[in-house]
Amino acid sequence: MSFLKELFTFVKARKKYWLLPVLIVMLLLGSLLVFSQGTAVAPLIYTIF
Amino acid sequence: MTAILGISGYYHDSAAALVIDGKIIAAAQEERFSRKKHDPSFPHHAVNYVLSEAGILLADIDYVAFYDKPFLKFERLLETYVAHAPKGLRSFSMAMSVWLREKLFQKDLLHQELKKIDKKFNREKLLFSEHHFSHAASAYYPSPFDEAIVLTLDGVGEWATTTVGIGKGNKLDIIKEIHFPHSLGLLYSAFTYYTGFKVNSGEYKLMGLAPYGEPKYKNIILDQLIDVKADGSYRLNQKYFNYATGLTMTNKKFSQLFGQNPRKPESENITPFHMDIAASIQAVTEEVMLLMTQNLAQEFSIPNLCLAGGVALNCVANGKILKQGLFKNIWIQPAAGDAGGALGAALAVWHKELDNPRQTTQTDTMQGAYLGPQYSQAQIEQALSACGGIFETVPEDKMIELTAQALTQEKTIGWFQGRMEFGPRALGARSIIADPRSKTMQKNLNLKVKYRESFRPFAPSVLREDVDKWFELDADSPYMLFVADVQPAHRISMTPEEQALFGIDKLNISRSNIPAVTHIDYSARIQTVDKNTNQKYHALITKFKEYTQCPMLINTSFNVRGEPIVATPEDAFRCFMGTDIDMLVIGNSVLYKHQQNKALKENYEEKYELD
Repeated sequence: MSFLKELFTFVKARKKYWLLPVLIVMLLLGSLLVFSQGTAVAPLIYTIF
Repeated sequence: MTAILGISGYYHDSAAALVIDGKIIAAAQEERFSRKKHDPSFPHHAVNYVLSEAGILLADIDYVAFYDKPFLKFERLLETYVAHAPKGLRSFSMAMSVWLREKLFQKDLLHQELKKIDKKFNREKLLFSEHHFSHAASAYYPSPFDEAIVLTLDGVGEWATTTVGIGKGNKLDIIKEIHFPHSLGLLYSAFTYYTGFKVNSGEYKLMGLAPYGEPKYKNIILDQLIDVKADGSYRLNQKYFNYATGLTMTNKKFSQLFGQNPRKPESENITPFHMDIAASIQAVTEEVMLLMTQNLAQEFSIPNLCLAGGVALNCVANGKILKQGLFKNIWIQPAAGDAGGALGAALAVWHKELDNPRQTTQTDTMQGAYLGPQYSQAQIEQALSACGGIFETVPEDKMIELTAQALTQEKTIGWFQGRMEFGPRALGARSIIADPRSKTMQKNLNLKVKYRESFRPFAPSVLREDVDKWFELDADSPYMLFVADVQPAHRISMTPEEQALFGIDKLNISRSNIPAVTHIDYSARIQTVDKNTNQKYHALITKFKEYTQCPMLINTSFNVRGEPIVATPEDAFRCFMGTDIDMLVIGNSVLYKHQQNKALKENYEEKYELD
């Protein structure tokens, strides 16, 4: 819960409310995507970490 | 007492730093302990080490400062993918896989990791500093200036890739930023990738390769890839890059622009084309940095400049900024890359968050960057005995004398003394040293000791009091972050036959009477050695000068290609036995290769993945 609270505080502070629906969909879809795969291997590119 | 632990990690070069009541107590990179180059994992070993250096526990720590803000970085990722959708789906799924599993929950992760050290660790002690603010803080707070312009340049943090800040007293404010995807660091990394070197570690190689080529492609880069404005700010033409949403740095259009595909390092050699590309991007980088600093000098009329961020490790560009003479003083954080962010974050808490005053002295507060672990003579002897090493222990002045004598006989020496350096450079605590006057030393050291590319140059450690007699530099360069030319009196001109040689064929030409540390363009990456900062190293070079009239040594990091710099006497012994190093000097213990048990030799060349 503290994670969600902190995330909401962040969105509020940055005034990026449009990110909220994206985040919710992402978290739902992402959990499917993540848990359907094996280990999370960080790809060897510079920018996404 | 207020103790602040700074941490960087989960990206590359994780590290820990400890600041107590504003004083830097210790700092170290995790890779030195874990023996994994650029180790990005939580810096358990480094944290344990910095705590032990102060004799305290994690429970005694008042704040833990992390060097960047994960949510802000995630915001950048999301907005970038949304802006490019539907392009970048593959990169998106890979990135989300990593982020939704771990990185988004970095505060929890950090909390869990810290709880492994102290079960009762309080989550409220965790603070987060912006990536570039951490860099800026690492450059300004330890500097000897009361007021300074602070310029940070790197690949990317959260959004910022370049920032300008003003430091005054204990205040530090960022006043200008350039945001992703426009990044001078990523432009340099794109060319690192294109010339077949590893992004984020091969940038040094590109810089070392540049003097062998001609900047033939400079105008193409300036016309097509980067739009440099009059004030030095810039924008990159994303048409040619793939890093924002792809899995490579550059795309097909980039290759078409220069007429070749990216070099495959496993099957393609470096050609004059790659040298010209290296020379061109180096020239562009210098132009942008010079323009930027010229404008900052004019705009703010502050005589001091501080630099940090990975691009600040481009010592050739730094040397040109210094030579430009627009700033009275320039100070660069020796751990300019992400490891230094750990220190910056901790100092930011002390000065910015807690508003504690800052007192400057004539020297910086980095203590020569000797902020890592050290070993007592008894510990050294115990470790060497356990390794099976055959050594003799002599008084310090005898140790200096024996080492200096061996250097005059063209011996290669592993030199391990005092506290380990913080940052990517070996500065005479974990160094391989040799005679710079030798004509064959550069090639031999590269191929037989370091197992690395023959073109890569070596740096001199020169007595501070003699630097201007040998180089066109009369300033402190204790962290090997400025390049300057060898004085004309020491240069050797090329014959017409030599001038006709091409690229790497020029490697064997002696350019001065210190050929092993003189690059093809007469330049050298200089470390000035001060008696007050590293007394033993200063004494050794002084003794060598007594024998040879030459007040400098070759100084290269004590490791082989792909290996983190040695941290312990055991690491040093293994590297000594696995390479053609002739002599090892640890503390007052001296080891000669020919006396060692040959059965202890190991195949070191293939032990580490090449970088």
